[in-house]
Order: sequence, then structure tokens, then C-alpha cells
Amino acid sequence: MPPKYVIHHTTAKPRFRPVGKLGIVDWREDCSSCHNCVKRGCVYRLYRDEADTLRDEVGYLDYIYQCKGCLNCVQNCTKNILTRVVNPEYRRLGDSHYTPDLILSTWYQAETGKIPVSGSGYGGPFSGPGFDSMWTDMSEIVRPTRDGIHGREYISTSVDIGRKLPHLAFAEGRLKVDPPPLMETPLPVIFDQIPRHWNRGEVVTAVTTAAAEIGTLTVLCEADFRETEASIRGHGIPLLATPGASATQPGGSAPLVMVPDGPDVMAAQAVLKADHPARIVAIRIPAAPSVAGRVADLVREGADVIHLAFDSHGRERDSAQPRHMRDVLRDTHTTLVRQGNRDEVTLIASGGIAAAEHVAKAIICGADLVAIDVPLMLALECRLCGECERGQLCPIALEEIDAEFGVRRIVNLMSAWHSQLLEMLGAMGIREVRRLRGETGRCMFFEDLERDTFGRLFGKRKS
Amino acid sequence: MSTMPSGFQRAEPQTPGAFLSRPEYAEVSREVRPAPPRYRNEIGKYSVHRASHCASCGRCVETCRFGVYVRPDGYLHVMRPFDYRCIGFGCKDTGSYCIDACPNGALKLSVNPAAETMGDHRWTPDLLMSTWAMAETGRPPGKHLECEVGGSGGGFDRLRFRFPDSPPPGLRREDISTRLPLNRRGDSRPGITIDVPWYGGGMSFGSTNIRALLGKARVAKAFNGFTCTGEGGYPERFIPYKDHVITQVATGLFGVREETIQRAPIVEFKYAQGAKPGLGGHLLGDKNTPSVAAMRETVQGVSLFSPFPFHSVYSVEDHKKHLDWIAHVNPRALLSAKVSTPVDVDMVAVGIYYAGGHIVHLDGSYGGTGAAPNVAKKNIAMPIEYAIGRVHQFLADEGIRDQVTVIASGGVRTPSDVAKAIALGADGCVIGTAELVALGCIRCTACESGRGCARGIATTDDELLEMVRIDWATQRLVNLYTAWQRMLVDLLYRLGLDSVSALRGRTDLLTHLDYENEP
Repeated sequence: MPPKYVIHHTTAKPRFRPVGKLGIVDWREDCSSCHNCVKRGCVYRLYRDEADTLRDEVGYLDYIYQCKGCLNCVQNCTKNILTRVVNPEYRRLGDSHYTPDLILSTWYQAETGKIPVSGSGYGGPFSGPGFDSMWTDMSEIVRPTRDGIHGREYISTSVDIGRKLPHLAFAEGRLKVDPPPLMETPLPVIFDQIPRHWNRGEVVTAVTTAAAEIGTLTVLCEADFRETEASIRGHGIPLLATPGASATQPGGSAPLVMVPDGPDVMAAQAVLKADHPARIVAIRIPAAPSVAGRVADLVREGADVIHLAFDSHGRERDSAQPRHMRDVLRDTHTTLVRQGNRDEVTLIASGGIAAAEHVAKAIICGADLVAIDVPLMLALECRLCGECERGQLCPIALEEIDAEFGVRRIVNLMSAWHSQLLEMLGAMGIREVRRLRGETGRCMFFEDLERDTFGRLFGKRKS
Repeated sequence: MSTMPSGFQRAEPQTPGAFLSRPEYAEVSREVRPAPPRYRNEIGKYSVHRASHCASCGRCVETCRFGVYVRPDGYLHVMRPFDYRCIGFGCKDTGSYCIDACPNGALKLSVNPAAETMGDHRWTPDLLMSTWAMAETGRPPGKHLECEVGGSGGGFDRLRFRFPDSPPPGLRREDISTRLPLNRRGDSRPGITIDVPWYGGGMSFGSTNIRALLGKARVAKAFNGFTCTGEGGYPERFIPYKDHVITQVATGLFGVREETIQRAPIVEFKYAQGAKPGLGGHLLGDKNTPSVAAMRETVQGVSLFSPFPFHSVYSVEDHKKHLDWIAHVNPRALLSAKVSTPVDVDMVAVGIYYAGGHIVHLDGSYGGTGAAPNVAKKNIAMPIEYAIGRVHQFLADEGIRDQVTVIASGGVRTPSDVAKAIALGADGCVIGTAELVALGCIRCTACESGRGCARGIATTDDELLEMVRIDWATQRLVNLYTAWQRMLVDLLYRLGLDSVSALRGRTDLLTHLDYENEP
């Protein structure tokens, strides 16, 4: 049995004080300076730490927003001069998809490498758009279950990238066919190309080195591929600028090369494979409304790997009413299953994968693996303020980031995601992530549950 | 730390041995008495600010009917406004509006900004504050608080009752029964009936303050109901209430012994829990204090992760073997199986019945009180609203619906939720978070970290334990149960039903705001 795949994490404190959610405001002019000051009684020593911090603080004072929100001081103050507020900066973080909560949770995971844990049930909305309208299953009594991260059972998270044969053939006891080349990543997550505005300083080096450390891959533009040392070790995927690229272009001996979709993409694939027969070619397709048909055509023509690129919220591109990745992946997967060649191709999905749960859910919907970009930046403390896109100074000075620190943060995040994936797989009773692909029997969709439960009782759902 | 309101003396005796020798201390009255909050500044929806030019004329004391202003006998000054009792701007038309009455214009009313920072989609600030009001007074909260639904945008929060124009003549509130029989198998085991169609959920010794747990046990005794040990063992201090304590057998098997099984009128197998379906229990190392470690027979300070699942149960036959084991150790116990809500929850329920279970306890995925990975709380297993109807229908189709009691939990926050769960097909409910909220929980969700709950509820820290007193906790819960029962009876009256059992499966009395409601 191969050794258990473990991503080791070490604490990586943030360089900048993270934006907190809650803070305490006091009206000091009403303070009676009594001897029972509630600030001394803070269970979390917030005020004491705050006083220490104040002495060393330079620049912007955001110290009051590290509060855990227990309300003890607010409710016990003799003069009732304290009140609790939500940090306005917290409210402004991110957007409707990368919510403030999700960003804080990602920061926590990148710092500690641990699964976020909390008490007293789930407090979020009943359901929501996209992946928030599905629940994964769990096993109970009548089906074997798995032990998750704390158990002794081995749960594999490895996936293969490349074309697979529909079946093997033998002649005279020997294999008659030549199996195409395959790459294996120990985690169903690869790192996508870092958008230009974030590509500064040591960021790409940190991302590729982190990928190499945990054994996964990074998509790199040609220039970065040339310059990044880690890509030499086989963990970089050059994304060629044009589909008509030839093998003599940069990317030379890379075992996996990505090309954008185009009319001659299959010819380009043939050229790229001509020089290096062991090379795998991935075709990157923007997920437009009719993408399932395009994927089906390409797979019929022999594509190895298809990378479906959704927008940053996981929606279709170029559509007035974009569908979510959840539905597009199911559509694409089902189309290929009907066509009879789903198992021959590897499907990568990217865009809007923001949390560990999205990895499992995208795979259930039909992807083999996912590619991520924004969470990597969040791991590097990005606040998604968008200043860089406007050509302004980055508030966390991304360009000054130390590569080693960046690697630690990204590895920590992946460690936390890996553990969460194991928890979900364990609960589902699934022993390897390859078996999760397209396994919609191990999940529940909001619309199905609503129809079977409330539709039966109350008729048609209002649109 | 906090100050305790006057009128609540320390419960005596303090040691378990002394407690056992004085059974009268285990007597609990169902009488409602005021149980004011244990914090000096309770948080309400509104703030009343009194400016320094107040002349202490006392007009506000005469005007306000809601107890915001108090001038103790013999005192000149009015105490600082108890503004958490204020009903807000709607008061203007009631004739009790202090703001207009103040001759000096010294009072100012505003929305309390701290209130809006509390809670979440499921437990809105209004639900938290209305639960506190019920726990203090034993009465339904005022109309200024939304006390029936939260803001999750689905499930219970979008279901409403369809009331007939008028209740049938002759129906009287005092004749309406809220009793719930738990043994429907008609076997040789006792026919236990509880007075209200809900009981307290399992919270383990180790996760929760023993004083809060004793408060739960005492209210169970007062209301002839139950509480559950959770998986952390059976503390000796529960023994005076043993006829109202369910012994839980969970995968960690902490404190599961022959005597704890034999002591219990109901034994519950916990296969899964809604807080973390598919995962075992978590007790992080900081909360594993010497007394907890002794109870669980483990090493102090070590994080405890219970396995998932029972490795001795991989089929319904194995499950039956488990239940048989308990059935033989305690021939008088009812058997309950607590399961979460997977796709095949209906099959699981049938399996529990055929293995000999009396109670099928479904714990939906959004509930729970314990520490759990966020990824599990949000994503694994289905919300309880879906599971109840499926199980009810499947059991009915199998012809065994009336031989088993279905209990729903996991997101049951209000008497209205209890009624909706029953209308969807459950017999009764288990509540957890609502009880903790009554004891002052604000759902800051930091129960698991460091020394535990900063509010003294979910903690084993010696200093934090002091924040809760047993008789205060008991009274808060007695008041909460009384208010819930009253609201449930009122709801049944308006529906024209003479008992809570008549509500079971009456989906015709429900509507859903997101549907056209024309089947």
C-alpha cells in the first residue's frame, strides 16, 4: 500500500492584521473609571492584547475588530457605555460569491492549515444559488462508511489527467494496445493561471513551488513557464497563447501542455504530440452556453483533457442568463456519458471554486478535478479590493511577498481543503475521489428535494 | 464575571453525595417565576437614552406598562431604563409612550445597534430576544418581536399555518392535550407519556456546563419529559433525575456501563448527529479537563474524536444486534435510535423499527449544538423539513406508522417549528439550541475554542462555570417550556384541534410561501 498522502502544515501568521468582523465601541466620556472594569475580564484577553498592540502599532489602527463577539463586556459594563458593531470594512470585503465570511475562513485555513470548526449549528441561509443548492449525502447503518481524517482507513484523493482507453485489448497474452500517457495528481485540485493583475513579485514562484511541494500542477503563461524554476520539475503546465502553437514553442518538453480552444485545435494537438508522443494536451474552453456540444465533438475527435473555464463566480460566459457550473458540468458529463466516451477524457473545471466543499460538489456534478486561482490569492492575504486592477497600490503589498511565506500559506490552505475533502468523502462512504465523479446518487439537489417534499403538497413553485 | 439577579440563592447542597442524601432538592416546581437575565445590560431591540436633564419626576414609571422604568419603594430616582423590555416605536399608539409623556423631553428612543449584530439567518436577533423574553417571563413575547420564523428563506421559515375562520364551538384551550406517548409498539415495555411534545437533546458532560445540564434535567423532571446525557457519560449528579434522563450510547462509548443503561427509562443509540452528519463527536483538548477525562476514562487535555460510524454496525442486522444487547441489559427501557438525514433516511427509519426501536429520532443537518467542521454543518445531509415528510410517508406505506414514534430535531427553534414539524408528520421534537439560548447563548459559535463558551454555557472551565446557577437555569427553562406550551395550545386552538396528536401529518393545514398552494 502506498504511503498515506498527507499535506503537512505549519502556522503562517499573516503579514497584515486581517480585517475582523466584530468590534466594540465605547463612549469613553461616560466612563466612571470604576474598579470593576469589564475590559479586565475579557475571556479572550482582547483588551490586554489591544493595549500591547497599541504600543507597537504603526499605521492604520484596525485593532478593535479582533473581537469574538461574546458580548460579555457590553452586557456587564457598569455604565453600559459599550456597544458592538460590525466592521464596515468587513462588510465591504469581496463580493456576493467571495463573501466576507468565506474570505475570513480562507485566511484562517491559510494561516493554520486546519479545518474551520465552530459550535451551535449552521446559521446560514437555507439554500442559495449554484453549489449552495446541493447537499452531499452521508452513510448510515445500512451502508459501510469511512473513517475520515481521524480514522485508519485510507481514502485516496488522487486523480488521473489524460486520455484513457475505453477498454484494453490483448493478443497472445500480451497487451495489444498502447495506453496513452497519464499524469496523476494526489489532489483533485490544480492551480490555474494567475491573472495578470496579481502576477507580481514572487507570487507565481510561490504558487508553482507550493504546487510542486504538494505534488499538484500549475497552469502558467509561456513567459512564466520559462522563468519559473519549479516548472522544470514537471509541475508547470504551459498555456500556449494560440492554438496553432508548435512544439518548438516554449513549453518544449513539458509533459502536459494547455492550448486555448479554436477551429484548428485538434491539428495543434497532433503537432504538439508529434514531437513528444508522451505528451498530454489539455484544451481550454471558455464555458459558453453551448459548451457541452463542443466538448462532445472534441472528445469524439480524440481530445485528451478538456479544461472548462467559467467566470470568477462559476457561471457561464457570454450569456444573458448564465447557468452555474453545477448545471453545465452535469449537462456536459451526461452528454459524454450518453455518447459513450465519458471515461476517455479528463474534465477540469475552473472559475468560482472558492471552498473545499466546491471541489467535492464540482466532482459530483461531473468534473474529474478543478483548477483554482482566487483562493490562492486569498491565501496570500488578498482582500479582493480590486485596487490592483485599477492600477492602485496594493494594501497588502503583494509585490513584496516572500516566496517561502507564500508557499506556506498556500500549502496550509490545501492541507485544510484536503482534510475537508476527506471528511466529506468519509461521510459519503467513498474511498477514492475518482469514484465520486458524476456520482449524483451521493448528493441531493435542492430542486429535487423541494419537488418531492413540498411540490407534492403545495403544487407548483413560484418562479 | 456576571452578577446574579437577586432572589436566586445558590442551590444547596453542593456535593453530589449530599445531593443524593436529600431527595427533596431534586423536586422541581413547574411554577413560573420571573427569571431576569444574568447580565447587567440585557440587549433588546431598542435603546432608551435618558438625558441628564431628567428631573426624576417619575412620569415614565406611571406611563410605561412594560417594565422599562422601575423606581423601588423609598427611592427618589428612577433606575436606569430596562430598555430591553421596550416595545419600540409601535408603543406610540398604546398610550404608554414614555417619550411623549416625559415633561422635560429627556428621553430618546432608538434602535439598538448591538441587537442587529447578533444572531444569523436561522436564529435572527428577534428569535434570540423573543426566546430570552419567554425565559424571563414564562409568557409569549410581545408583538414587536418576530417569534415564529427566522430569516433562512426556506423550510420552516417559509411554511405557514392555514387557520380556519373560527375554532369549532365548544373547544376550550384548557381541554387541549399536548401529551405525547413514546411507546407505540404495544410491547411489554412501559408506556411512557410526556407532557409536552418535545424534550431536551443530548449535550455531553465535557461540552456543556454541568449546571446547564442539571437545569435541563430539572426542567425535564418538572415537565415529565426527558433530557439526554449526550455521549460524554452519566454524571452522578443526574441520578436524582434518573427517571427523566436518557442514556446515550454513541460511538465513543464514553461512560456506557451496565448501571447507566439499567438506570435509564430510554436508551438512545446515536448513529449520527445533525451538527456533523457522517462524522464522530469532537471534544477539543482544552475542554478535556480532569473531571471530564475521568468521566470519559481518557487522558486530560487530549482532543477526543469519536469514530464514525459504529464499527460494529454495518447492516440492519448489526443494528438489531445492538438494540437487542441494550434490550437485554435493561428490560424496561424504551429504545431510541438517533440518526441523521441521508438520501435513504426513510429506509433507515424502517430499519430502526424492524430492529425493535420505539423511537426514530431524526436529526436534521442544520441543527446541533456541538463543535463541528463548518463544511459538515453546511453541506452534509438534508435539512429536517425534507426528512420528516419522507419518513412519515414511508412508514405509513409500510403500515407501521402507528407503531413507532418519530421525533424530529435539528433546527427546531420555536413552538411554531414544533407544530410545523408535527404537521409534516413527526410525533414530536427534540430541542437543543433553544434551551441554550434561554440560558443566555447568543450564538457567537465560539463554543469549542480555548476555555470554551465565554457565556459560561458550553464550557468546563472552573471560572466560567460560575456564571450559571442551577436554579436560575432551571427557572429560565421552566419559563421557556411554559411559554412554548401556551403558544402551542393557542396554535392548536386556532387550528381547531383538541390535541397535538391530531395535528400529526396534517399537511393540509400548511401553506408554503414559495408555492402556489394548489396541488
